[in-house]
Amino acid sequence: MKFLTSNFLKCSVQACDRSNDNFPLKFNGEKCQLEQDESLEFNPEFLLRVIDRVDWAAVLSVAADLGNTGLPAGKPEFSNEELSEEDKVILADLHTLLIQTNIVEGEMSCKNCGHVYYIKNSIPNLLLPPHLA
Amino acid sequence: MTKRYLLFMVQVHLNFRLAELESLADMFGLTTIDFSQYDEESPFFVVELENDQQAREWISRSILTRAIYEYWGQGSNYEQLHLDVQENPLYLQLKQEYRESSFKFEFDSFGGSSAGKLDRVACIESFKYLDFQGPIRMKNPEQIFTVIEEYEPLSDNQAGETPLRLFFGREVQRSDRFRGALEKYDLKKRPYKGTTSFEAELSLVSANIAQVKPGTFMYDPFAGTGSFLTAGGHYNAMVIGSDIDGRMIRGKGSQTIRANFKKYQDSLQFLDVLTMDFTHNALRKNLIIDTILCDPPYGIRESIKVLGAKDPERFIGKENVEINGQKAYLLRDYIPTKKPYSLDSLLDDLLHFAVERLPIGGRLAFWMPVANDENIETVIPMHADLELKYNCVQEFNKWSRRLLVYIQRGADYNGPTNMGSERSKERFRDRYFSGFN
Repeated sequence: MKFLTSNFLKCSVQACDRSNDNFPLKFNGEKCQLEQDESLEFNPEFLLRVIDRVDWAAVLSVAADLGNTGLPAGKPEFSNEELSEEDKVILADLHTLLIQTNIVEGEMSCKNCGHVYYIKNSIPNLLLPPHLA
Repeated sequence: MTKRYLLFMVQVHLNFRLAELESLADMFGLTTIDFSQYDEESPFFVVELENDQQAREWISRSILTRAIYEYWGQGSNYEQLHLDVQENPLYLQLKQEYRESSFKFEFDSFGGSSAGKLDRVACIESFKYLDFQGPIRMKNPEQIFTVIEEYEPLSDNQAGETPLRLFFGREVQRSDRFRGALEKYDLKKRPYKGTTSFEAELSLVSANIAQVKPGTFMYDPFAGTGSFLTAGGHYNAMVIGSDIDGRMIRGKGSQTIRANFKKYQDSLQFLDVLTMDFTHNALRKNLIIDTILCDPPYGIRESIKVLGAKDPERFIGKENVEINGQKAYLLRDYIPTKKPYSLDSLLDDLLHFAVERLPIGGRLAFWMPVANDENIETVIPMHADLELKYNCVQEFNKWSRRLLVYIQRGADYNGPTNMGSERSKERFRDRYFSGFN
């Protein structure tokens, strides 16, 4: 699963919707195996649309879980007109992080209920046992 | 100031054709098309548009048309066609505009063909009054002028011999179909597919009627082998899918949904597929989903299941079971139990989910199976916040399926509503397996 997808996933347990801790999920950095998919080409226009939808606090949280603490505290802003060289460098870094970083194997858990979800073969499994469904 | 354009369509999936044209026109804000002139029986439709740009936008994505032309004239024979072209109010202007362009002539037909009887060179010569001065180029000309002959077929499988009507125009845009989309997405050539894969043509049409837009977010909650994700990716949406059956979305070896996207060179558009029960959804609630497009399980090739125990008593206390000191349900290889669910409940959930997640104006499109032989009216699921925009039927022998397309109108809409339990007397699955008798 792409790093980006971590920005869309909350806990599946419906009772956790009443809590503010069900998003983002907490990634177990030691258990996560990452891979870079370099075949995904950098497309600034596409990435700007992606960044529009991203919750930055959640990007910081998951990045820190995975050992990356070098991101700016605030969501980068880009002018609607011409992108500067500096903007392009920032975007290229975000492309590497959000789009190219793939979590192949790993574990993530809900900060509210503690339920553990696994990522296997790059596919997260968000199913629940009957007592949580 | 508008001018006339000629749309040349295909005579297939007529229940879907107008919906596709209207949806694409709406998507690009085209307001000058008079759809009351649209004739389902005819492959031709003359419309008014402001400029070529509008014509290109409108038809570039279309699957159920062939191409759009700047309209120069028509006639029941060549003599009348030439007169009509020269009587076109824009005749002198058009003639001047393309005087110096490189060009070629093409011939197209419907319902029959001149099959060698037409002397094409002589036919092209007969247009010499147009006085084009530009070079003729068979490869990459600036302009293509097209003669379209319409025949009346002698019977269903016998082509007509004498043209009924002739059109002449300048090609402005070939449709997605005419540029090869159906061959590209043909299931026969797709690396990963399954018994529930949806055919290329109608999945692309569905994405058009659902108005999947470039750069927007599309979700398929019943992704299966990813047929609709593929269609959404083709139209440059960011696509994400989920399925309760992890085996389906995982694929096998090199046969995966990801491999399909790679083949189609749409890899960037494909975000992920998740093993997830749609009714226990993990997509965060404030994530805007612009379009939901899917083919829910009918209960035929795939059973309809959601998370939970079919027999809850059997599972009392199971959450306490431990294996090697670890809760069994927290182990990596734990497989949760699932219970049967009805199609009606699932569709109710889908409408409800769409209302929660779609922005105003966003579309929900899904396929629903219907048994044909029942004398009871098919009741379409309705939600007070959703406008049912299209209900397009594809007929099979004893059953049919419908593409239902809804538009999110918000809480003030107060449309008609119904609940699943009121809708169906018998389950589609039972009707199917009893041979609809």
